[in-house]
Amino acid sequence: MSVKEATRDSYGKALTEFAEEYDLYVMDADLAAATKTGIFKKAYPDRFIECGIAEGNMMGVAAGMAAAGKTVFASTFAMFAAGRAYEQVRNSIGYPHLNVKIGATHAGISVGEDGATHQCNEDIALMRTIPGMVVLNPADPVEARLCVKAAIEHDGPVYLRFGRMAVDSIFDENYKFEIGKGAVLKDGKDVAIIATGLMVARALEAAELLKADGIDAAVINIASIKPLDNELVLEYAAKCKAVVTTEEHSIIGGLGSAVCEVVAEQGICPVVRHGVEDCYGKSGPALDLLDLFKLNAAGIAEKAKYALSLKK
Amino acid sequence: MIEEVKLQLKKNANTIRMDIVEQVHSAKSGHPGGSLSIADIVAYLYFVELNVDPKNPDWADRDRFVLSKGHTCPAVYSALARRGFFDPEILPTFRHIGSILQGHPDMKNIPGIDMSSGSLGQGISAACGMALAAKKSGASYRVYTILGDGEIEEGQVWEALMFAAHYKLDNLCIIVDNNGLQIDGPTAEVMSSAPIGDKAAAFGLASFEMDGHDFDSIEKAFNEAKKVVGKPSLIVANTVKGKGVSYMENQVGWHGTAPGDDDYNTAMNELKEVAKCL
Repeated sequence: MSVKEATRDSYGKALTEFAEEYDLYVMDADLAAATKTGIFKKAYPDRFIECGIAEGNMMGVAAGMAAAGKTVFASTFAMFAAGRAYEQVRNSIGYPHLNVKIGATHAGISVGEDGATHQCNEDIALMRTIPGMVVLNPADPVEARLCVKAAIEHDGPVYLRFGRMAVDSIFDENYKFEIGKGAVLKDGKDVAIIATGLMVARALEAAELLKADGIDAAVINIASIKPLDNELVLEYAAKCKAVVTTEEHSIIGGLGSAVCEVVAEQGICPVVRHGVEDCYGKSGPALDLLDLFKLNAAGIAEKAKYALSLKK
Repeated sequence: MIEEVKLQLKKNANTIRMDIVEQVHSAKSGHPGGSLSIADIVAYLYFVELNVDPKNPDWADRDRFVLSKGHTCPAVYSALARRGFFDPEILPTFRHIGSILQGHPDMKNIPGIDMSSGSLGQGISAACGMALAAKKSGASYRVYTILGDGEIEEGQVWEALMFAAHYKLDNLCIIVDNNGLQIDGPTAEVMSSAPIGDKAAAFGLASFEMDGHDFDSIEKAFNEAKKVVGKPSLIVANTVKGKGVSYMENQVGWHGTAPGDDDYNTAMNELKEVAKCL
């Protein structure tokens, strides 16, 4: 089932698929056509709740429904879910640990032409600081579907991050996903590339580039940014003695920071962060933007070599 | 209203007022003014209106109550304790380390609290979600929420009012505690929210007004609200901030200040005098 599709499409399809088995409600803030909850809306109109362009209220309504025993997915773009509605998510959903799943699409630079106002590179950082919040960032359509299922089965709030741009499948039907677990996609001994989201495919390409230079890089996929698979991160930090993280997100507060926190506290090895530098995005075709911001295999390989140079 | 019921409600409200003063004095912090202004409404809700069971606080078909103006929780904590949800002996632990009685309502640890609240403007959205959940489940429970007249300056409140009217949440009853004061001064000077009732009506809600310190008026408004079909209700409750403690009435300074020992004694003596006459 190797498909190429945006993880937002996988999200909309997964909601619809799992709605048969689970009593789900889905909310959107006038973006159902874009977040792909429209697929669910068509199949289950009675369980779809349009909230209009009012994300703060949507998060509060979702909290109230969850307090009354419902499992609710609240959807909008990452910018508005994590950004505009941060405090509603923190106080109305996070603090009472309610069963609300936040389906945030259009994350990162790959939003493309809409530009900086809609390219959220800060959502992982924001959501990660909320106590009890699970933060998931799937790499491909297969993992996106599994993340939706894991979120439904998890008791408590979950932030799910999906992209607008179509991406290739990395995993097959045998792939298993578990909250709190990472996956080794390629073993290696010289440097560990820890990747998330659409950067995972690029990390695999980067490992090939490094191989040509005689560098044996491991590639680890982290979809569960919180809770993080500390054990796996520490294992590869100890094994490779050099780590590079890569994400389509600010290098401040995201996966890179999470890995630094774990590795630094054990004093194991240098960690170099690759991602969006401390800056805003721009308008342009998604793939061109990813290259412009060096969010590609060459960019990762360059940072991996820098990490190697720091190795003691 | 039957005189016996009214007398009992007056006693309940006076007990709530004493508990409010007790709690904020013990905590050396908290919000007496807005707690006192809703004491009569909260007494009516917990002793007449709400279909709740203290023995089974999580009963699925209970009426829900969300204190959107969460800082005035001493009034609700008292009502819950006096209604039997927990031991009134713990009221003086309000805001103390180790107490379940947090500075703002915490649904995870306080029996009878249906929603954590306190960040203004958010409780009303949760109340909308509960009312919608009831509709989706075919449940008959009603949802009540109290907001402050300062709180409604938050944009989220108007998002929620649009939502409530759009989804015809006639099982939702919104009360605005119109005491006219907020932290920085009179609401009319800080950021006027008037005319509240007309705005609610323009948003598609059934709008009512009551004297928030007169049980006949309170009963009438709640009963009228219950008859509304196809629209949520909003009741503007005209109240006096600090009601029942002479030196706190209509004084903005008592929004978020606890009485010291002398003021505490004065307040308790006044309320005890009222109790004697009931």
